[in-house]
Amino acid sequence: MSAYDKVMLARSKGRPTGTAYIEHIFDSFVELHGDRRFGDDPAIIGGIALLDGMPVTVIAIEKGVDTKERVRRNFGMPNPEGYRKALRLMKQAEKFRRPVVCLVDTSGAYCGLGAEERGQGQAIAENLMELSSLRTPVISILVGEGGSGGALALALADQVWILENAVYSVISPEGCASILWKDAKRVKDAAECLRLTAQDMQELGVVEHVVPEEDMDAAFQDIKARLAVELPNLITTPSDELLRRRYQRFRRF
Amino acid sequence: MAMNLMGLFRSPQNELEKGGKEAEDDGIRSACPRCNVQLPLSDLQDNMNVCTACGFHFRVGPRERIAYIADEGSFQELDGDMLSRDVLDFPGYDQKLRNAKLSSREKDAVICGTAQVLGQPCALFVMDPNFMMGSMGTVVGEKITRLFETATERGTPVVGFTVSGGARMQEGILSLMQMAKTSAAVRRHSDAGLFYLTVLTDPTLGGITASFAMDGDIIMAEPGATIGFAGARVIEQTIRKKLPQGFQTAEFLLEHGFVDLIVPREQQKATIAQLLKMHTPGSMNFEEGEVEPDERL
Repeated sequence: MSAYDKVMLARSKGRPTGTAYIEHIFDSFVELHGDRRFGDDPAIIGGIALLDGMPVTVIAIEKGVDTKERVRRNFGMPNPEGYRKALRLMKQAEKFRRPVVCLVDTSGAYCGLGAEERGQGQAIAENLMELSSLRTPVISILVGEGGSGGALALALADQVWILENAVYSVISPEGCASILWKDAKRVKDAAECLRLTAQDMQELGVVEHVVPEEDMDAAFQDIKARLAVELPNLITTPSDELLRRRYQRFRRF
Repeated sequence: MAMNLMGLFRSPQNELEKGGKEAEDDGIRSACPRCNVQLPLSDLQDNMNVCTACGFHFRVGPRERIAYIADEGSFQELDGDMLSRDVLDFPGYDQKLRNAKLSSREKDAVICGTAQVLGQPCALFVMDPNFMMGSMGTVVGEKITRLFETATERGTPVVGFTVSGGARMQEGILSLMQMAKTSAAVRRHSDAGLFYLTVLTDPTLGGITASFAMDGDIIMAEPGATIGFAGARVIEQTIRKKLPQGFQTAEFLLEHGFVDLIVPREQQKATIAQLLKMHTPGSMNFEEGEVEPDERL
């Protein structure tokens, strides 16, 4: 399968979205809304759920399943208030020493007028800085598209996992082909050159684990079983040590 | 960070889309891109590359910038020999790096070091618009991270001039990781109680805006600078409308609460020195212990 095939697979409409992961992996999810500053961004779902009885803060980018919902959720492209809602819930998790699990699936942070007026760049920058020192464990799972800064804003974590057919990139292959070669037809070359597949992520040391995808039920079970091992491990790590390791994790790039 | 493909289907509709406000320069005079006045280059240089007629701020390279800001002879460069490598074997990147080195006469898109500003010591980074439009790859991320680490060890403030189109896509995901790495280093510096001042210059976009550019305790901007997350063209394609006049300028960001102050180039040195001094313990004639803690309430 070519890199571009993987991009198309990561974007395909039949793929489970954030909500499906929450339903299949966690119990008793209570959704919490709003950033307490401007509004509630439907592109990001956040709340508290149980994993084997352990409370976990879950934050998921949701693209929506049918057309109507996809429009309502802005096709999973968050606005600044989405990132600020995520940050509010992360700080809440820190207060109660609850681990955070992020499910990332976005073509990127939304590029609109309002997003710029409300400080899209600032919102992402703040999340990165805050996540780097959040005194509670964070595991981020790239489940579909990992679109640049808009994905990274939820993926500065102690561990980053990626689904077998998900992608993670600094720019879309379309954007890359258009800027570098002024030729949108070279999108397949761009996908290849950018090294954006799950396998590339493993080779480049960007992720700790690739979740196999032979069937989605198995994928959900793999994630659930691993979280059940890793989260208790991380939550019992002293927070200074946790932060030291998180710093080193990104320091090596 | 991201421009995208739909720009292929329409022609540029404003200056920004044509790649910004480039000066036309015949070696003797330069036309101001804003007011079109012909400016003798010597006049322009004497005026810190600011149009003497309308105040338009031309883009400047890092060495000039350092000369405007640092006390003469005070700048000590750090990590000046670090070179980018084509780690991902990205087509054309080697050639681009060679060209950028020739056109900028620098080794990569940021210059880091220590300096004094009117006697105030600081760590200083200055990005370079002439090196692949200041794009951030591994070397830029590493140099900035090291500067913050050094400043944290030494207990010094950091002053940073940003100018960048965003992440360097030829380094793929590794360039994205620089956003995480630098942000974490800024946080450690901040947690040590140290002062960080950013000066946003034209243009500051994408992954730079979404990381260390917006992390400053105080954020200054140059008049008229384009500052934003997405490029103007991408936004216009997304919303299928023309952007209003003045969108994403320093003045726009000030109005929306994302910039503390706009400072013209000629006043920057004095303002930076003043702010540095206000963050130096014991420098403002404030006697510690003079006020009892309970009296402060």
